[in-house]
Amino acid sequence: MFIRRVMGFSSLVVLLIAGLFIVSCQNNSANGDKKTGSNNETSSVEQNGNMAAGAEQIAKDRNLSPKDVEAALKTYTPSGIYDDYLMFSSGGHSGQVFVIGVPSMRLLKVIAAFTPEPWQGFGYGSEESAKLLKDGDMKSGTKLRWADTHHPALTETNGEYDGQYLFINDKANARVALIDLRDFETKQIIKTPNIISDHGSTFVTPNSEYVIQSSQYATPLPFQEYATMDEYQEKFRGVMALHKFDREKGRIVAEGSFQMELPPYWQDLCDAGKKVSEGWIFCNSINTELATGGIEQGLPPFEAGVSQRDMDYMHVIDLKKAAEVAKQPGKTKEISGVKVISLETSISEGLLYFIPEPKSPHGVDVAPGGEYLVVAGKLDTHATIYSFDKIQKAIKDKNFEGNDVYGVPILTYNDVVAAQLEIGLGPLHTQFDNEGNAYTSVFIESTLAKWKLGPPYNEGEEAWTLTEKIPVQYNIGHTVCAEGDTTSPDGKYCVALNKWSIDRFTAVGPLLPQNFQLIDVSGEKMQLLYDMPIGIGEPHYVQMIKADKLNPWFVYPEVGFNPGTMSVDPDAAKSGGEKIVRSDGKVEVWMTAIRSHFNPEHITVNQGDEVILHITNVERARDATHGFAIEGYNINLSLEPGEANTVKFIADQPGVFPFYCSEFCSALHLEMMGYLLVEPDNT
Amino acid sequence: MNEPIRENDLIFGPRIPKELWKKEKGRFLLPSIIMVLAAFILFISIFFPYWKLTLFAPQYPDGLQASMYVNRLTGDIQEIDGLNHYIGMKPMGEAAVLERTLSIFMIVGLVLLIAGTIFVHSPFALFLCIPAILYPLFFLGDLYFWMRTFGMNLDSRAALSNAIQPFVPPLLGEGKIAQFLTVASWEIGLYMSIAASILIIIGLYYHRKAYKPLIVGSAPNS
Ligand SMILES: [Cu+2]
Repeated sequence: MFIRRVMGFSSLVVLLIAGLFIVSCQNNSANGDKKTGSNNETSSVEQNGNMAAGAEQIAKDRNLSPKDVEAALKTYTPSGIYDDYLMFSSGGHSGQVFVIGVPSMRLLKVIAAFTPEPWQGFGYGSEESAKLLKDGDMKSGTKLRWADTHHPALTETNGEYDGQYLFINDKANARVALIDLRDFETKQIIKTPNIISDHGSTFVTPNSEYVIQSSQYATPLPFQEYATMDEYQEKFRGVMALHKFDREKGRIVAEGSFQMELPPYWQDLCDAGKKVSEGWIFCNSINTELATGGIEQGLPPFEAGVSQRDMDYMHVIDLKKAAEVAKQPGKTKEISGVKVISLETSISEGLLYFIPEPKSPHGVDVAPGGEYLVVAGKLDTHATIYSFDKIQKAIKDKNFEGNDVYGVPILTYNDVVAAQLEIGLGPLHTQFDNEGNAYTSVFIESTLAKWKLGPPYNEGEEAWTLTEKIPVQYNIGHTVCAEGDTTSPDGKYCVALNKWSIDRFTAVGPLLPQNFQLIDVSGEKMQLLYDMPIGIGEPHYVQMIKADKLNPWFVYPEVGFNPGTMSVDPDAAKSGGEKIVRSDGKVEVWMTAIRSHFNPEHITVNQGDEVILHITNVERARDATHGFAIEGYNINLSLEPGEANTVKFIADQPGVFPFYCSEFCSALHLEMMGYLLVEPDNT
Repeated sequence: MNEPIRENDLIFGPRIPKELWKKEKGRFLLPSIIMVLAAFILFISIFFPYWKLTLFAPQYPDGLQASMYVNRLTGDIQEIDGLNHYIGMKPMGEAAVLERTLSIFMIVGLVLLIAGTIFVHSPFALFLCIPAILYPLFFLGDLYFWMRTFGMNLDSRAALSNAIQPFVPPLLGEGKIAQFLTVASWEIGLYMSIAASILIIIGLYYHRKAYKPLIVGSAPNS
């Protein structure tokens, strides 16, 4: 009797507590996280039936073929649904980097890299961006405010994208920028010493130990030296710059960085070896003719001069060994503060070998397993595939067919080639998928060619065969496939990065956008899905990363965060600590921004004062960015939630200058303003 | 049974005779177990939220939340305070400062009082328990007081002060303030404190059943 009561009672307690948990848990299920996949909120058989009939009518009205409808269904991404992949695209002349979603082909962001960009407050008064841009200026003081960005390189771990950082080069001035993918902002710009032009950059080694940058148009070494064109062979040089990346610091560091002197052959694109070929670098070159142009003097112009010989030289560099040599005293000379391994040392230490390659090649692309190097060039209809094993054997056996004029050993062409495959007119660059296929852009005939790699990817008859070509519009340069240059490509999508769009879009004047064409490569046949115009600059290379590898911040992790140092700024203004401090000729202000006011709102200074504003956006809400613009002073900052930034200027114009929040932050955004009162200097 | 009744027996009550303890252990253990359980549940409630306010608006797709523990507020407090400043409401952190500071000591006190009933075998046990039984009501009453104080005293200089009438947000259920739908919910901590109250009442019932016969049996005038 008693026991039963106890039992009855205790089960009551258990039920009671369980009930409490259920009540409290229910509250959490309301806001599920929607990211990828379809929005199936409204799907019933009846609605689907109606939709099909409606869709048919729409297709008819808009003159869409079943293929068009299929393409639309493969790319349409409903509101609030995220893309599977992100592309990081070089921004060409814009000097920036574009972030584009795949398959939606929506432009998500333009990351300011080398060029002032007002929306992000990059180069319009913020101390952080001023310092970055200054680091990228010429040592002479000449400001470089445009860039020709070509090749982005995502950091890699074990040859796979890790989503942490992105490098991008500036071909016009031989610079490298580093973008942190936590906040998608540029953290470092390096003006590479000794060179002034680069194309073969940026590429990273499989664990991002080095960022590879080869010079393109040869100049005297260092480039500030003067020499005449007659002295080309003797004084002009190419350079391979190896920038040491310190992942802990999130910066390229001087310690461990070095350069290698190369012949003035106009080094072109490079790639880092991976897996079996890890520790090696492969670069193309164009001008082994040592052509110097001079059309005005009746000499052959460069376009003819550099195309005289049938073969140019692929550069094969033993990076591992070179890094060791660079550490040894006496093996390098210091030029412009950088250790440089001379050409003679490279030859004597066995760091550099040449391999003949069909003339004026573009890409040298390493297969996912590192076994093959695919070289293609616009003046040859073939892709030439080299075997890393054979290269190693030739080096070991000293199987050289000669030396170039500088004494660099040339490996015997026939003994290192694995295959040659007829691709079409003007093959350029190659990407890979997860099924042993390669995709080569074919410039002159405007196609993307799909072909099968040899063993171990494909055996027997199948190996080294061209399987399909799809026309693209028009003049394809690079192509990018999903993670297509890593050790584990995904397949699924490739994008043709077309230089010309001619008739693809509504006319917008004589300067036309480029055309990114999304191609589905997952099926039996390649299918063109979508055209995306790029009207901001001419992109070159692009990398496509699985979106879930990125883990960016929604807001800065703490209030008062300085994106320049990626830590809390000790000088940041704090809520409640706003103040104006005056000293002789200087006014320093600690200001906060929150919806919808700045504090302080009145800043009175004397004409000629140095004004320093430390501004913190103390918001914690996602998307609650404030701008800070001073009218008439060419100043605009973007302060993302938590961000602290500093602006310094001389108040040289007297008068009353409104300042305001230049991001529409709230209903009372217009009222988010204040006055800078500059008292005239009447003395 | 023949021991004389001492003065403090009125408070601590009679001892349990040995033979009876051996025979009917459960009768005496049950109220103690229930009381210990109640004290335990009340104590751990300090680690759980008592009350939660969720605000929904178009620009907050995931909603904004403020969770109230006995001694702290968590969630999107800064954001909610930021929004509240438009209507002239004081920051939430300025409410119930004293209560939050003392809450842990208070609850520990309540827990000790409940546990005390194990050693008090007389009706005086009821008095030890009354504060704990009433505690959930006190919590809600205090919450209401502060909501009223804040909602009815809006700063008239605020940007949207004439767009919003003074209001008292609901203690439980839905409300509407400007574009915000507010949902107030009682959370597990509060339910735990209520469960503790119920357990105490049940415990007192068994306590009386266990000890009353002893008191009646040993009363001086029986
Ligand atoms: Cu604002």
